[in-house]
Amino acid sequence: MTPVEPVLEPQLTAAFDVERIRADFPILKLKIDGKPLVYLDSAASGQMPQPVIDRLVRYQTTQHANIHRAVHYLSEVATAEFEGARRKLQRFINAREDREVIFTSGTTEAINLVMHGYGRKFIGAGDEIILTTLEHHSNIVPWQMLAEEKGARIRVVPINDAGELLLDEYEQLFNEHTKFVGVMHVSNALGSINPIKQMIAFAHARGVPVLIDGAQAAPHMQIDVQDLDCDFYAFSGHKMCGPTGIGILYGKADLLERMQPFKGGGDMILSVTFEKTIYNTIPQKFEAGTPPIAAAIGLGAAADYLSAIGMEAIATHEHALLNYATEQIRRLPGVSIVGTAALKAAVLSFVVEGVHPHDIGTLLNQQGIAVRTGHHCAQPVMQRFKIPATSRASFAFYNSMAEVDTLIAGIRAAQKVFA
Amino acid sequence: MHTQSLYQEVILDHNRKPRNYGVLDQASHHAVGHNPLCGDRLEIALNLADEHIDRIAFQGESCAICKASASMMTAAVKGKTRDDAEILIQEFRDMALGKLDPGSQHHLGRLTVFAGVRDLPTRVKCAILPWHTLQAALNSVTSISTEAADDPMHAPVGGAS
Repeated sequence: MTPVEPVLEPQLTAAFDVERIRADFPILKLKIDGKPLVYLDSAASGQMPQPVIDRLVRYQTTQHANIHRAVHYLSEVATAEFEGARRKLQRFINAREDREVIFTSGTTEAINLVMHGYGRKFIGAGDEIILTTLEHHSNIVPWQMLAEEKGARIRVVPINDAGELLLDEYEQLFNEHTKFVGVMHVSNALGSINPIKQMIAFAHARGVPVLIDGAQAAPHMQIDVQDLDCDFYAFSGHKMCGPTGIGILYGKADLLERMQPFKGGGDMILSVTFEKTIYNTIPQKFEAGTPPIAAAIGLGAAADYLSAIGMEAIATHEHALLNYATEQIRRLPGVSIVGTAALKAAVLSFVVEGVHPHDIGTLLNQQGIAVRTGHHCAQPVMQRFKIPATSRASFAFYNSMAEVDTLIAGIRAAQKVFA
Repeated sequence: MHTQSLYQEVILDHNRKPRNYGVLDQASHHAVGHNPLCGDRLEIALNLADEHIDRIAFQGESCAICKASASMMTAAVKGKTRDDAEILIQEFRDMALGKLDPGSQHHLGRLTVFAGVRDLPTRVKCAILPWHTLQAALNSVTSISTEAADDPMHAPVGGAS
C-alpha cells in the first residue's frame, strides 16, 4: 500500500513574522554565557509565550479555588474556566464532544491510562499488541508491563533506513490475535511523520482500536481526530506552549465509557459506600483528585495562542526551517543526518564523525545553542541505526533562519575543536 | 565557568590518542561500566601483582571527556598500589563533584584538567565513569552502572523526549 497522507507543502508566506512572534517569548531574550540563547530543543519541551504566562498569573491571582466542589463564587469561576479549557482543547483537535477530552498529567500518563483502562480490561493471554520501532519509551514500556501481566505479545513494525515505517510489514503483523495498535504520529527522535490515517483505517477494517501518541504532532500541525478516526490520541501541554504537568487523552466516547477507571479517588465517583462505589461519567471517571487546574487553563490559553497564529502557518514556517537546516547540514563534511523520511516534522537528528553527541552538545552549549543529545527515550531507534546516541536540533515556529545559521556555525566550531 | 576550558589540549590529545587502549591478556581484575543516559560503555582490565597495578587497559565507546578521563586514569594508576589507586579514585570523585577542599594535599596532578566538569552536572558522569569502573574492577564487581540505585552519583538527568 502506498502512503496517502496529506503532504505538508511549504508555502512561504510573508505574513509569518517570526520576529514579532519571538517578542512573545520572554525566555528567548536570555543570554547564555553572554551569547543569545538559540533554543533548538522544543521537541523535549517548548517555551511559553507571554499570553499563556499571563493567563496562569490571572488564574492564580483572581480565579483560583477547587473545581466541581463548592457553591461559592471562586469555585464556580474556576470550574467554568477549567471546563472552558476542555472545550478549547476539544476544538483544537476537532473532537466531537468535550467529554472525549480527558486531562492527564501528560502523554505518558495518557498512554498509561489507556493501558490500565482499556488494556487491562480487554487484552488477555495470547493477544497481540502492535507497536513500532519508532516509539518513544512511553509508548513501549506500559504495553510491556501489560504484556507481562497478561501473557500478551508485542509485535513491532520495522522501519527502513530513512526512518519510515514499513507498511507492508505492518499489515502482515495482523492476525486473529491482534487486539491493539499503538503508534506515534511524529517520531521524536527522527521527525518522521507516520501515515497514521492509513494505518488506522487498516486496523479498523479488522476491528482493532488504535492509540496515537501525538506528543510531537500536536504542536506542529492541525490535528483532526475525527478525520483521523483514531480511537485514542495523547499529547502533552508543555510541548505546545503550555505548562508542564498537563496533557490530554482524547478517546472516543463509547470506548471511554466501556473502560475501567485508571485511578480511584474524589471527583471520579458519583457515590461511595463501603459496599459499592458508583463511578462518575466521562470525562470525570478518569480525573480522580484535584487536577492541575491552572495548568489546564494555561493549556487552553496555549491552544488559543497556537490557533491564532494558525497551525498551517506554523507548519509552513517550520517546514521551511527544516528544509534550510537540512540543506545546510548536508554541506558539512563528516556530518550525517539520521532520519531522512520523505515526510518529516522539524526535527533534525545528526551525528558528527569522530565527535560524540555529548561533546557536540556541550560545545554547542558554549555558544548558547540548546540541543538535545542522547537516545531521546527511543533506544530501539538508536539500536536500529546501530548508534548509541544522536544530537538533535528540534525547531518550533519561534525559531528563525538566522538561528539555523548559528547552529551550522556551532557544529563547524565543534568540529574544529576535534580536528 | 567557561566550558571551553574543559576541552583543553591535554583532554583532546588523550581522546585522539588514548593511552593503554585495548585488551589485556590474563587480567586478574575486570569490570564493565555503563552510562545508560548516553549509551557509553567502558571496559577496564587490570593485573594486580603483589597489590600493585602492574598492567591496565581500557576500551569502549564513549565521549571525549570519558575517554580522556579513562586514558589519563590508566596512566596515573599504572604501577600504583591498590590503596593509592583507591585514594586517587576518591580524590577524583570529590573534584568532579566540587567537594575537593582547595587547600588539601591531593595527588591528582594533571588530572585537575577535569575540575571544570563540576560546573556541568550532565557531564560529571562522563568523567567519573572510568573511575567507578576501576573501583569496580579492583573490587571484582563485574558490571556497574552510573544509574545504579546505590550509586552516590545517581542523579536523574534528562529523560524528556
